[in-house]
Amino acid sequence: MEEHHCCFYSKMLSRFSSISSFMLILVIVLVVRVLYVMYQCGKPFPKGASRSFTTLIVLGSGGHTAEMLSLLSVLRMDRFTPRFYIAAATDHMSLHKARSFEHSLADKPVAKEASLQYTQIYRSREVGQSYVTSVWTTILATVHALWLMIRIRPQILCNGPGTCIPLCVIAFLFKVVGIRWSSIFYVESVARVRKLSLSGLLLYKLRIADQFFVQWPQLQKNYPRAHYVGCLM
Amino acid sequence: MEDGENDGKTLVFVTVGTTSFDALVKAVVSENVKEELHKRGYTHLLIQMGRGIYSPPKVCDGADGSLAVDYFTFSSSIADYIRSASLVISHAGSGSIFETLKLGKPLIVVVNEDLMDNHQCELAEELEERKHLYCARPHTLHQTLTKMELESLVRYAPGDGTPVARIIDRFLGFPDD
Repeated sequence: MEEHHCCFYSKMLSRFSSISSFMLILVIVLVVRVLYVMYQCGKPFPKGASRSFTTLIVLGSGGHTAEMLSLLSVLRMDRFTPRFYIAAATDHMSLHKARSFEHSLADKPVAKEASLQYTQIYRSREVGQSYVTSVWTTILATVHALWLMIRIRPQILCNGPGTCIPLCVIAFLFKVVGIRWSSIFYVESVARVRKLSLSGLLLYKLRIADQFFVQWPQLQKNYPRAHYVGCLM
Repeated sequence: MEDGENDGKTLVFVTVGTTSFDALVKAVVSENVKEELHKRGYTHLLIQMGRGIYSPPKVCDGADGSLAVDYFTFSSSIADYIRSASLVISHAGSGSIFETLKLGKPLIVVVNEDLMDNHQCELAEELEERKHLYCARPHTLHQTLTKMELESLVRYAPGDGTPVARIIDRFLGFPDD
């Protein structure tokens, strides 16, 4: 009897140790892969890679939308099409402003018939929301973001609002898995002069953004991998 | 700086954007601030009070030569109000600040001390250092008004996104225009 028990337990033990070795190797591989992607970020596309890119533009309340539109007004729209505008579900003005902006473009002869979409996205957490319900809304926000990213596979333009974080993290995870669909261009808001916002810090430190822009020289001194581009406004 | 005189009216426009900033509204209608504005030749005070709770008492035109006071909560666009003003007093939101600076109006930015994580004052202080506006708190507004010299303010030259566009284009493999 005793021997039988010993046999059983030693079998379980060896199975357990091979599973844990496997898990350990998997974790190590993942970590190495993530580090590789982080330090590979910012690799430019080859010349003439594509005539146009699907673009996701993240808008936000406060000055964010105004800054984004200021940037968009100097981009060649034929290179960034189709365009998807994203705003938080509680932000009423931003999509309206984006529509007016696109409308004003329609008169320009260069702008092709572009496919345009205006979408509201769930916020992970509203100001003052309880943390218990926030777990659910964060999951919802992430699933919604995932669905969007898979469907449209865009380049991402964003400048600060927390709504961009799930989208950027998903884009980054895609890269970890080897899917290089999306590049992230992040412009830190003009209101950030000496310190980065939380979104900015995350995207900078974790090297999630492919190109990181700051609007004030003080920030470039503290964050040397950022491009100092002067004020957008 | 252009003068916003219309029909002999010299307007001070106060804006709090989409926020609630009762401390600013109260400060602006306090006796010593109104007196100082009146001394400097302003005749009308118009307050866009946003989500604020405190509504100031309205004062009609021409009553014993003191400042006329009016207010409203929101407007779809405040650009016209800014254009017709000779002085703008604004909360520290970047949208309001740059909208006013781009229209070339003298600006006093008042920072809301009740806001948690007040990163807004960074922008106001930087622009004040560059002499594009004056920066104050609600309780120092009167002091700022007495000491300000609007002619010494430097006109703000708007920036644009061209440097960003160039870098993004290059990254995506587009030829330099």
